[in-house]
Amino acid sequence: MHETTILLIEVGALLFALGMLGRLGRRFGLSPIPLYLLAGLAFGHGGLLPLSASEEFIEVGAEIGVILLLVMLGLEYSATELVGNLRASASSGVLDMLLNALPGAGFAFLLGWGWEAALVLAGITWVSSSGVIAKVLGDLGRLGNRETPVILSVLVIEDLAMAFYLPLVTAVLAGVGLVGGLEALAVAVVTVIAVLVVAIRYGGAISSFMSVRDPEALLLSVLGLTLFVAGVAAELNVSAAVGAFLVGIALSGAVAHRATEMLSPLRDLFAAVFFVFFGLSTNPADMPPVLLPALGLAVLTMLTKVATGWVAAKRVGIALPGRVRAGLALMPRGEFSVVIAGLAVASGLEPELAPLATAYVLITVVSGPMLARLPDYPWFKAFIRRRVALSRPPAPLAAPE
Amino acid sequence: MRVRVEQTPLPGIGVRHDLITSSGRTVGVVSHRNGRRDLVLYDVDDPDACLAAIPLTDDEAEALADVLGASLMLGQLAGLRQQAAGLLTEQIALPAGSPFVGRRLGDTRARTRTSASIVAVLRDREVIASPGPSFAFEANDVVVAVGTREGLSGVTAILAGEDDD
Repeated sequence: MHETTILLIEVGALLFALGMLGRLGRRFGLSPIPLYLLAGLAFGHGGLLPLSASEEFIEVGAEIGVILLLVMLGLEYSATELVGNLRASASSGVLDMLLNALPGAGFAFLLGWGWEAALVLAGITWVSSSGVIAKVLGDLGRLGNRETPVILSVLVIEDLAMAFYLPLVTAVLAGVGLVGGLEALAVAVVTVIAVLVVAIRYGGAISSFMSVRDPEALLLSVLGLTLFVAGVAAELNVSAAVGAFLVGIALSGAVAHRATEMLSPLRDLFAAVFFVFFGLSTNPADMPPVLLPALGLAVLTMLTKVATGWVAAKRVGIALPGRVRAGLALMPRGEFSVVIAGLAVASGLEPELAPLATAYVLITVVSGPMLARLPDYPWFKAFIRRRVALSRPPAPLAAPE
Repeated sequence: MRVRVEQTPLPGIGVRHDLITSSGRTVGVVSHRNGRRDLVLYDVDDPDACLAAIPLTDDEAEALADVLGASLMLGQLAGLRQQAAGLLTEQIALPAGSPFVGRRLGDTRARTRTSASIVAVLRDREVIASPGPSFAFEANDVVVAVGTREGLSGVTAILAGEDDD
């Protein structure tokens, strides 16, 4: 009984503190993710106020948080959108992977880590945060911009690529070696293709199985199905997150729309718990030694993201200022990097990985959205305009493709 | 020349439609999946960036579409003869003996009965766009109607007072 009371007090105080932090962050235009991570650092082992009774509860909550993050991501995209995007911008996606995953892997080797850790760090530096970036684009009023579809399609491809990457990493971290990892990858490829085909052909039928009219039943059935599939996927070593992502993709139409509305508050709650949990598992005392490497890695991979956005935007005929905007917008890393690092932490790989990933995500997710504002300042516009004027005669008006 | 409206999907957000006007400006509409839409205007110096994104409610969008639609209708009436999907435009002169001279447009119940719409009335070289139900006909009015072939025949019959019901 006593245990439960302390749990209530701890969880209550934690959530309340997170709410206040989120509000404070919004005032400064900050994403809540870094604040949640910092809160986790403060409450964890070696932090300011270590939690005692609620750690187990938070661990389960964090697991659900990852699953909800991924199912919402899947709900956001329809299968047709994913396939269409893959066809149109596959080359940008490959470029994005090469430019951003390889520096991460190289950096891991430089630190003298094994290939498993290199694989994990490659993923951490590869994936931009679709949540943070979509929010930044909306806040800056750039949804109508012509470079925005370029940014979004890079994000979509990264998210889809996670459906292959996460099973590979999960299997490798489970200690089955490279061959086992590739087997898991093959299983994931077959599963994802099957889900996409089924979703495109019979998406309506799957969705009509659930009724939109009864919100309570819809909430329970979508949440239940997601957790169930995620659990089965984890049991098969294909990563729970990917199972949830595929459930999101398979649902479509009105069901997906209503489910998004209903799951959003749950996602916000459990995702916050997830970020805190990741912070909890990092000892703040481990942070200072990795700060400098994290900063170096952040600068390097933020520059490669700018290059990615630049090239991808140039490819579809976006002018210079738009290319700069696309590049700068892609910089923040966030939820996925933490998810990937979380997998590695759970398997006890490389003790320095968690503090490095925490510092890395903190740096990119705080500085990225601020740097994304750069192109909106008059001096920056004037600078770009001068460059354009110097380099060539005024560009003709971009014609629609 | 037909205007080309470019449609671009915005994965996870919705869809954007935009067009370049003959004056070289780009305007577009971002339709969010949750029903919100933004009217976006693009920068002249940087055609990829939007200067302003104006959120519109359903009613506002409809009102704006009405205003733009009415002027569009007038501009295109001359060229609009044969449209897609069997939709036709016809100018029907109100016959001298029409029972509707001096009566209101609403009394014809033309849209309910024929599903063709009266979109404008030409009177003394003037164009009266989108006449409301309380609009009163006068002799020598020319009615511009849009509808299917049968619908337009129906309107002609109604205005001539030849229909049975």
